[in-house]
Amino acid sequence: MADQTKIATGDRQAWLGLLARAPAEALAALWSGYGARPEFQWLRTPEIGGVMVRGRAGGIGAPFNLGEMTVTRCALVLADGTEGHGYVQGRGKTHAETAALIDALMQTGDADTVRAKILEPLTRQVQAARSARAAKAAATKVEFFTMVRGEDQ
Amino acid sequence: MTPQTRFLGGFTDAPVQAAHAFRAAMTVMARPGELRQLVGATPPDGLSVAAGTLLLTLCDPDTGVYLARGADNPAIRQWLTFHTGAPLVPAAQADFAVGFWQDLVPLDQYRIGTPVYPDRSATLIVECDVLQKSGATLRGPGIRDTARLSVPDAAALQANSDLYPLGCDFFFTCGDTVAALPRSIRIEPEG
Repeated sequence: MADQTKIATGDRQAWLGLLARAPAEALAALWSGYGARPEFQWLRTPEIGGVMVRGRAGGIGAPFNLGEMTVTRCALVLADGTEGHGYVQGRGKTHAETAALIDALMQTGDADTVRAKILEPLTRQVQAARSARAAKAAATKVEFFTMVRGEDQ
Repeated sequence: MTPQTRFLGGFTDAPVQAAHAFRAAMTVMARPGELRQLVGATPPDGLSVAAGTLLLTLCDPDTGVYLARGADNPAIRQWLTFHTGAPLVPAAQADFAVGFWQDLVPLDQYRIGTPVYPDRSATLIVECDVLQKSGATLRGPGIRDTARLSVPDAAALQANSDLYPLGCDFFFTCGDTVAALPRSIRIEPEG
């Protein structure tokens, strides 16, 4: 059983955030390549609901409601008693289950294997997708400049 | 129970089990004196199966729950919060109160509603050692002539009924059995 107090909160936030945002297909592909399927029991079967997303428009001022988004969540416990929680965006019960299993495995002795086989490739894919999108957006940037019209002279 | 398994015992098929439990709760409330089986949840030690199932069925983040002395332990607090998200509040603000009768009294600490909003009152889930169709005599809506129910304190419940249309409503739970007593029922002690 994992000693959950030894896991840094920031680490867990990082992998839960990555699992929540990652595309379901990419995660499913990596998970099917992982092999082992640990035994588990449901604490909370996957359920779909809405959450209100809050943020600061323009990055300043007080947080305000941006809008609702669909979220799927579930919780499970492995045979050794380790709990895993999965919160993912959109309607994806399998996605949530995979996320919860990975969260649980990351607290066990298999953490290094899971990190190397799933989390690191997934991070690279997400970053590649993000920089590709940023590059496409950057290509549409328009630079405005004004010709000197000689009025000052 | 190890700390890591503290969340076990919720509904395994929430929509169906909660609907069955809600139907049982409605039936006993509509027909005071009736007993119904109420199963689905497996709460931690300190709560009966019927009380745990009732809490999972009725509570959500908008309903304050008061755990009376015997029902107030960290395992139950965590279990209830994980499965329902219900805030734990003092008796005076509670929508639901759970515990044995001797831990729940006095009844005047609970909300009884206001004349304009009599629904803003507390519902008490009273754990009982025995629950059977004997003892005090009940009369009122939902009962053809009279019904009998082993209530813990007929005098206090009759005082609550005198407040009608204000007052608290009661569920009585024992193991996996549930019965109910709405405020509209007149109670005569045994004898």
